[in-house]
Amino acid sequence: MLPLRVKSMPADRKGIRVDLQLVADMIEPGTRVLDVGCGDGTLLDYLVHFRQVDGRGLELSPDGVHACISAGLPVIQGDADTDLKDYPDDAYDYVVLSQTLQAMYAPKAVLTHLLRIGRRAIISFPNFAYWRVRLYLFLWGRMPRNETLPYTWYETPNIHFCSILDFLELCREMGIVIERSHVLDSWGVPRMMGRSRFLANLFGVQAVFLLRKSG
Amino acid sequence: MGVTERKSTGQAPTSLDGTGPIPGYHVRLGCDSPLRLDCGVELFDFPTAYQTYGRLNADKSNAVLVCHALTGDQFVADAHPVTGKPGWWEMMVGAGKVLDTDRFYVICANILGGCMGTIGPREVNPATGKAWGLSFPVITIADMVRAQAMLIDHLGIDRLFAVVGGSLGGMQVLEWAASYPQRLYTAIPIATALLHTAQNIAFHEVGRQAIMADPDWCGGDYLDQGKRPLRGLAVARMAAHITYLSESALHQKFGRKLQDRKAFTYGFDADFQVESYLRYQGSIFVDRFDANSYLYITRAMDYFDLVESHGGPTKLFRNTPVRFCIVSFTGDWLYPTPENQKIVHALNAVAANVSFAEVVSDKGHDAFLLDEPDFHRVLTGFISGAWERRQGHAAAQG
Repeated sequence: MLPLRVKSMPADRKGIRVDLQLVADMIEPGTRVLDVGCGDGTLLDYLVHFRQVDGRGLELSPDGVHACISAGLPVIQGDADTDLKDYPDDAYDYVVLSQTLQAMYAPKAVLTHLLRIGRRAIISFPNFAYWRVRLYLFLWGRMPRNETLPYTWYETPNIHFCSILDFLELCREMGIVIERSHVLDSWGVPRMMGRSRFLANLFGVQAVFLLRKSG
Repeated sequence: MGVTERKSTGQAPTSLDGTGPIPGYHVRLGCDSPLRLDCGVELFDFPTAYQTYGRLNADKSNAVLVCHALTGDQFVADAHPVTGKPGWWEMMVGAGKVLDTDRFYVICANILGGCMGTIGPREVNPATGKAWGLSFPVITIADMVRAQAMLIDHLGIDRLFAVVGGSLGGMQVLEWAASYPQRLYTAIPIATALLHTAQNIAFHEVGRQAIMADPDWCGGDYLDQGKRPLRGLAVARMAAHITYLSESALHQKFGRKLQDRKAFTYGFDADFQVESYLRYQGSIFVDRFDANSYLYITRAMDYFDLVESHGGPTKLFRNTPVRFCIVSFTGDWLYPTPENQKIVHALNAVAANVSFAEVVSDKGHDAFLLDEPDFHRVLTGFISGAWERRQGHAAAQG
């Protein structure tokens, strides 16, 4: 699978990571789903078996692709930065980009494709403005490394970090409607983003958004 | 039915080395209605040779058609009747293997234009009593697949569980999926392409010219003149063989090592091991292959352009119910990954159910014939997953 960009959150009772469970809970059963950057297929497998979705995946790493196909999941080895253009408009009900946006070469272009290909997009990413990250940079003057951001600056696949506020600003600029939004706090507990975006941006370790095009 | 079947009888076409009949199943197709070729010619009552492995189940849902490559034949998993060598895909087909014959009924037919018992230029034209030679009509991959569909009809099978093949075999798989989408559940094209590129055509043309430049080719009439263009066919094979291997595979196997000598001979003998190897490959190939078949089959491959022949990119594979699994190899420069990805992109464009994996291998195009554990693992997983789903559908409907 792609090098895990965010260290696993605690698993919940159903056996998948909390952030993946949040994504899964946004998806209506029986729909068509494309999971971009599907890794070893954990989420896709869950969706196919427990949500009865018609699921497809796109994954860059050979190990991830082999794992998915070996598990009977329809997954294509490819690069989201270059291959999404070959997918037709409105082909899927949901396109999921889980913990992958920050590793894209052109996140804005990818986001445009996701909402072209899918009627809705579900995006999750690590929040670079989480207070511990801020504190790390402030105190030590070094690029933050912790449990959720384990890589050194020179080997990280994460080349486009953003904060929750940055992402909200991009959505506003692109005219994207946010239907639902959640943050996960440092205990891995999901919370609605609520009214204070400032607090969400300070205390959210990760964010999950359900998006659609305006109009 | 207007077909007759016989197995290993004296009437079966004889093998190329003339040692006896070609073993296995032989059937005459096109007795009721002819095979209409793309070139306009109709073939009636023509021989087809095939092999099967495993047993067809009661509801005839476990049939897998294997399509062989340019110089392959129907002897997928048993000893070759001429060379005595193991079947070309024994690694893949058999009990407990990727195409598990305890579970699947595996069929492989010699392709139209071939030289192992199916009608082709070395078979006798009943109208003249002589070998067809160059009077045999020029065939296409779509024609090969039509002939296979007639065989599948003859076997009483409505829908194949899978059609599988590499290289030219993969092109047949793609043609099956495009022409008969309701007649196969899964398609597994391996190390192949949607069309033959200029480079592919160019290499084939070198091979054809080598054959036709051999005086023993006799304008294609060599069988009637008691000759065979062995040197030309061997050179064609040598040139093609280079394209089946990667540069690194050749380097690792031979480097610049000399053949049974310590120094150059300052002549044109096979000083280098790689020369000796190619000469050997050429020499054993002519024992089991017909020169005119080589011309016809390479021609069919050159004519292949699935997008063009199926109405353009928006029509090809539209609404296909077929589940696809495409595999390419990193070291393959004959049908490299980008060519395989074009198939994936065409399928994505119609939101088809498609899996694609690129397997890391330095063995070149021939990797699909060799022991590549990742390749076998991916195919096993895909086939098991699809088979479970197929069984699930059958249970839901029945």
